[in-house]
Amino acid sequence: MALLGTPRPAALRRKRRREAGRTLAFLSPWLIGFAVFFAYPLISTVYFSFMKYDGFTAPTFTGLKNWNYLFHHYPFFWQGLRNTLWLVVVMVTLRTVFGLGVGMLITKVKSGAGFFRTAFYLPYLAPPVAATMAFAFLLNPGTGPVDHLLGELGLPQPGWFTDPSWSKPALTLLGMWGVGDLMVIFMAALLDVPKEQYEAAELDGAGPWQRFRFVTLPNISPIVLFAVVTGVIQTMQYYTQAIVAGKVASGVIGGSGQQFEPGYPHGSTWTLPQMVYNLGFQRFDTGTACAAALILFAISMAFTTLLLRRRSGLLGED
Amino acid sequence: MHGPKGDDACPRTPRRSRSAHPRRSRRTAAALAGTAALALFSAACTGTPQGGGDDGSAQGKAVTITFWHGWSQDNETKAINDNIAAFEKSHPNIHVKVVGNIADDKSEQALRAGGADAPDVVSSFTTDNVGKFCSAKVWSDLTPFLKKDGIDPAKTFPSAMLTYSAYQGNQCSLPLLGDAYGLYYNKTAFAAAGITAPPKTFGEFEADAVKLTVPQGDGFKQLGFMPNYHGYESTPSHFLGQYGTDYFGKDGKSDIATDPKVAAMYTWQKALVGKLGGFDKLEKFRTGFGDEFSAKNPFTTGQVAMAIDGEWRTASLADDKPAFEWATAPFPVPDDQAATYGRGYQTGTIIGIANSSRKQTAAWELVKYLTTDTDAVVTFANAIHNVPSTLAALDSPKLDADPNFKTFLDIAKNPNSSTTPASVNGGAYQVSMQNLGYEFESGKQADLQAGLQATAKEIDAAIDQAK
Repeated sequence: MALLGTPRPAALRRKRRREAGRTLAFLSPWLIGFAVFFAYPLISTVYFSFMKYDGFTAPTFTGLKNWNYLFHHYPFFWQGLRNTLWLVVVMVTLRTVFGLGVGMLITKVKSGAGFFRTAFYLPYLAPPVAATMAFAFLLNPGTGPVDHLLGELGLPQPGWFTDPSWSKPALTLLGMWGVGDLMVIFMAALLDVPKEQYEAAELDGAGPWQRFRFVTLPNISPIVLFAVVTGVIQTMQYYTQAIVAGKVASGVIGGSGQQFEPGYPHGSTWTLPQMVYNLGFQRFDTGTACAAALILFAISMAFTTLLLRRRSGLLGED
Repeated sequence: MHGPKGDDACPRTPRRSRSAHPRRSRRTAAALAGTAALALFSAACTGTPQGGGDDGSAQGKAVTITFWHGWSQDNETKAINDNIAAFEKSHPNIHVKVVGNIADDKSEQALRAGGADAPDVVSSFTTDNVGKFCSAKVWSDLTPFLKKDGIDPAKTFPSAMLTYSAYQGNQCSLPLLGDAYGLYYNKTAFAAAGITAPPKTFGEFEADAVKLTVPQGDGFKQLGFMPNYHGYESTPSHFLGQYGTDYFGKDGKSDIATDPKVAAMYTWQKALVGKLGGFDKLEKFRTGFGDEFSAKNPFTTGQVAMAIDGEWRTASLADDKPAFEWATAPFPVPDDQAATYGRGYQTGTIIGIANSSRKQTAAWELVKYLTTDTDAVVTFANAIHNVPSTLAALDSPKLDADPNFKTFLDIAKNPNSSTTPASVNGGAYQVSMQNLGYEFESGKQADLQAGLQATAKEIDAAIDQAK
């Protein structure tokens, strides 16, 4: 008897082709997006990082000249890298801790929780430029209300955005003020922690710190990781607040013979994304801007990979 | 810092498998980086088509050209529109579509992209960009047009203005009104301090600045002069205008480490900072200043008794009516260059023709009219209180005769007045010099010569990179 269920090779190939076609059709939205928004820009960025290209004239191959200039001659590279890493470490840590702390407090508030949620979430909705200008006004030494208040209380009056030692802490303060996004995420995670686990821990004699350490933290660890990873990626792209604060505090409008100082004061708010903009759109040195963008990308990827690989060690998860 | 919005930012079920989570996060990072990279390059990968050619306007064919400018105030846009109307009346076959309030960034992007909506004629307030535009041939060289119409630039425009409107012999722009910098002084404060005339040399200036300074607590009731480089127009470039510095040698390399005038300027400024109370005290006072371009300007409020500023301030002060008498004079010069008193730093607006324009004949007619027609230049200068940009217009009897404004007309006519030369990478060399200034005035860089050498090296490397 012939094997009725055995398809012929040609028919099998046709079937496989149809299935492959269907699979590709279903995947095409992602594939097109990947090609257009990731593969092409990344390949272009690598390509142009070895070219001299000013956006006006045809690109010419220059080998490693752009990379050499970036590492050895561009006066703001290392400072921008140091500032960005400072912000990644300090701002992401403080924002995460503060967001979690506010989220925990609000979930425990018995009355008026709605008011506190709104009060802490509203600043997040403020446009970054407006929020930064408001902070620059409030903290302005000499004329700012915060400065006056500190003076009245007999406390030191820092230069905030005008003092290189205080400019990054001032930006961090601004970041913590707009922590509403993290607060909402943490609140959702905290409310998902099973109550019975707290009850069991209490029966075992666990105190508040032990309940947080052995019940809350393991349950919300994926959210902590999410907050840290997205925070690192956002901070690596930190641009608007830093440049607005620098411009407002420096008072320099710009024009011939009057150049805006990158990262005012003394380069302390200069970040890698500003460097990419400065090279690409102010100096029209697109090739070196590409090299800088690749460095930014590589550091972001390295941080993300490190965090994801070490998450159990960092967060105490199994 | 503001985080992501939308559903992905608020996961309700945090328990994900260990293997799936890293992939998703990597994709997030990759997508973010990819989007940023695309945004960076989507606008950058277009060429600039060559324009030119005869558009037929000379033969009477009707042509419409587009003119982009940066003016935005009502009196400014009215003045430019009046000028354009007069041009259209004298050139009935050329129509001008005027687009105002265009910043340099926007026009640069438009010129990169080209296309039907790109401008034919462009003006810019930032003379620092001339080197970039000329070297990349984004703006057309106007020399053939000037020759064709028998216009000798050296006999038409003040030399400082010609310097900032060309790069290495390529006259890719022309001056369209200018700015000159001089001294504003508080006559009431001068009288109170027993000073009878504005200072002419730095020695006199320092003595007056000290006399005019009235301490109050940790700060000042009145400061004679704000020398710190963030004191609005108190920049290295503006001070160096009083020394007549060249910035670059004949070989095109930065000569700031070998030109003694540059070291003299940095030394003079730092000494003045010390005499007026020191960097920290001055800096604290400076951070309390109001917006430079408002009635809260520290000279207008009386916080400083002398200031270096441009001619436009005469109009602002006339409007703001401060509670004291004021006057203008040329900014003082170094004691060893006393004979050059009357000079000043000069800059201004530039205008050019987009290389991509296919209507360059008509575009040149507009540029020629706006930059060389004496009546047009004088009317425009009077309307917006800027310095006229031709030698003929500077001598015109129709010019605003206000003595405070005349100070700046004289500075513009002074053959010793100077400017910052065009560079292939724009004003990057001025940023480097400014940064050295911040380091030196604050004491972070104690060795000026070492700082100047490092800065010269930095400037040369940046120019080499841009070539």
